[in-house]
Amino acid sequence: MKELTHNLKDAAAVAFVAFLLFGPFLGLQLGDSPQGNLTLSPRPALLAIAVGLTFIARLLMLFWHDARGRAKPKLKVAAAMQKSGKFIAPALLVFAVLLPILPGIDNSYIDLGVLIMTYVMLGWGLNIVVGLAGLLDLGYVAFYAVGAYSFALLSENYGLSFWECLPICGLLAAAWGIFLGFPVLRLRGDYLAIVTLAFGEIIRLVITNWVALTGGPNGIDDIPHPTLFGLSFSMAGGPGTFAGFFNITPSPWQRDAYLYYIILFLALMTNWVTLRLRKQPLGRAWEALREDEIACRSLGINLRNTKLTAFAIGAMFGGFAGCFFSTREGFISPDSFTFIESATVLAIVVLGGAGSQLGIVLAAMVMIGVPELLQSLQIYRMLIFGIALVTIMVVRPRGFISTRRPTVSLGKPKIIAAELVAEGRG
Amino acid sequence: MTDTLLRLNDLTMRFGGLTAVNALSFEAKRGDITAVIGPNGAGKTTAFNCITGFYKPSAGSVTIAHAPGRELLLNKLPGHSIAKKGRVARTFQNIRLFGGMTVLENLMVAQHNELQAATGFGVLAILGIGRYRAAEAAAIERAKHWLNETNLIDRADDPAASLPYGAQRRLEIARAMCTDPVLLCLDEPAAGLNPRESIALNELLLKIRAGGCSLLLIEHDMGVVMKISDHIIVLDHGKKIADGTPIEIRNDPTVIAAYLGEGDEDDPDAPIAESFADSTVVPMEDAS
Repeated sequence: MKELTHNLKDAAAVAFVAFLLFGPFLGLQLGDSPQGNLTLSPRPALLAIAVGLTFIARLLMLFWHDARGRAKPKLKVAAAMQKSGKFIAPALLVFAVLLPILPGIDNSYIDLGVLIMTYVMLGWGLNIVVGLAGLLDLGYVAFYAVGAYSFALLSENYGLSFWECLPICGLLAAAWGIFLGFPVLRLRGDYLAIVTLAFGEIIRLVITNWVALTGGPNGIDDIPHPTLFGLSFSMAGGPGTFAGFFNITPSPWQRDAYLYYIILFLALMTNWVTLRLRKQPLGRAWEALREDEIACRSLGINLRNTKLTAFAIGAMFGGFAGCFFSTREGFISPDSFTFIESATVLAIVVLGGAGSQLGIVLAAMVMIGVPELLQSLQIYRMLIFGIALVTIMVVRPRGFISTRRPTVSLGKPKIIAAELVAEGRG
Repeated sequence: MTDTLLRLNDLTMRFGGLTAVNALSFEAKRGDITAVIGPNGAGKTTAFNCITGFYKPSAGSVTIAHAPGRELLLNKLPGHSIAKKGRVARTFQNIRLFGGMTVLENLMVAQHNELQAATGFGVLAILGIGRYRAAEAAAIERAKHWLNETNLIDRADDPAASLPYGAQRRLEIARAMCTDPVLLCLDEPAAGLNPRESIALNELLLKIRAGGCSLLLIEHDMGVVMKISDHIIVLDHGKKIADGTPIEIRNDPTVIAAYLGEGDEDDPDAPIAESFADSTVVPMEDAS
């Protein structure tokens, strides 16, 4: 009973705040009178609906919080998630591998698959920096841009192919990761975030303004598509093309599927390397760095090298993804590398549960897939998307999968609850 | 045979206008347990941070001799090399474990440098070739050894943050020992321990000394200090006021004056000074 009154009071207070906020926006409408004067007409019904909805939503949330507070299934749920994760991950993998040949999947879905997979790869790359090493990087798009422009310029000026450029793009991006990592070694938390954000913008502005090299805002076009052992995926067919070699009719499906498998391969490679590194001294040092930097130093861990390797390896995968992006699009311009890209990738990592590989896949599907699938809802699309994101963060504040698996154990590994795992202070 | 392991030479540490440690010189002998005691604010932890490289001293030097005649200037080494090259490990007054990692993982992180050297710049170990597997197995064995010594083997797979306080203290010591140090610096290892845990700690420290590692400890618990120290250094206001064996210190009038005198009524260390006179040195409260 006491709870009920408390909840009602709380909801009423929230409704009052909503009334103040919505009052000017929804409660009043500006209009034109027939004489051409501005008129102000009240809309009490709309205001009442908005305030009423806020009241009910708040009340439901409070009850739900109470119910959740009573039952404490935290680790049980986590264990169940982890158990089902064992099946979800292989199921998703099989689905991902078979996607292009599944019946009823047309090219638009393959395109969407390529897009999601690109973000999965970017998420996995950033996860090394943010999730494992706990360094908040808001300028990850810089390395994506370095990779994309490296390939575009190398192919334009030296005629190198995608497969020749891929490792070069990774190396260049890693070099930039180290180069940009040096000045931020001593920064932590908010300061680190601000400086990395600035680096992301600097790279974009340099690309925009160095017209002689990059073409400036006009970008670079006619970037070659990847070939399969020298066979191109031209629609014309004929000798030297994939369709001509295998004597089949050329179709856009072949090229799209090929692109899809390239990014799937790159993403899985990222995942594999990350999983292997996690069980190695380097990966453990990253996680230890996230937990406590000072203790790391007292154990003789070189903080500079450990941080720089995290930046470099994370950047390398960003470079690979950028290289793929430019070959897929065939055209790149600075507009593709704005801050919103960094923010999206970071949101994927945070939403997925920093440090969790599977969580990032789920988050990428939500973040990229949902807005695309909701296209038909038009203007309500972003509203629903926003509500969905807020709900997820309320229900699972540490991301989809926030538990941590130990990297080594004497007996059966036990899952570590999210509450014990540090988030890292940059 | 004993010889000098650690030597502080006119070590001075200033923070702006405040001189926390003032021309401090002392020696710690190899194979000894050396205790640094003193009232709160005497500069013990500051001196400690200078030795372990967390502060760069304003003046003076810290030297460690891994073997007689082979001296190494600790204050010239970068922070992380103190543990790696200087082979000086430390624990913290407020425990600093990797809470979200398991007990075993904590001990594996401590062996980072050795393990990392075996990975072939990470590449070979990612591909699953090279000697990393053997190195990891050896590291786990060493971790197990220290888990047995500290009585933590049953909790090896639990997250460090879930351990009770006393166990966390022991884990921090085990973690420091996994770096294979010649000198282990302990910042108030007995703080917050109950009498039984305190006695177990004494045994652990003596065992570590028997294993060939020298110890330097800051401690308020005179039960620990008087029982196991070979040598005691007393600091007050950043200066050394006494230096000697536990019996000498117990009877030193300047030490007693530093603890009891100078009108510092609410000094929480004051009651401890009474245990100088009391040779039975049992801690006051019985927490269990």
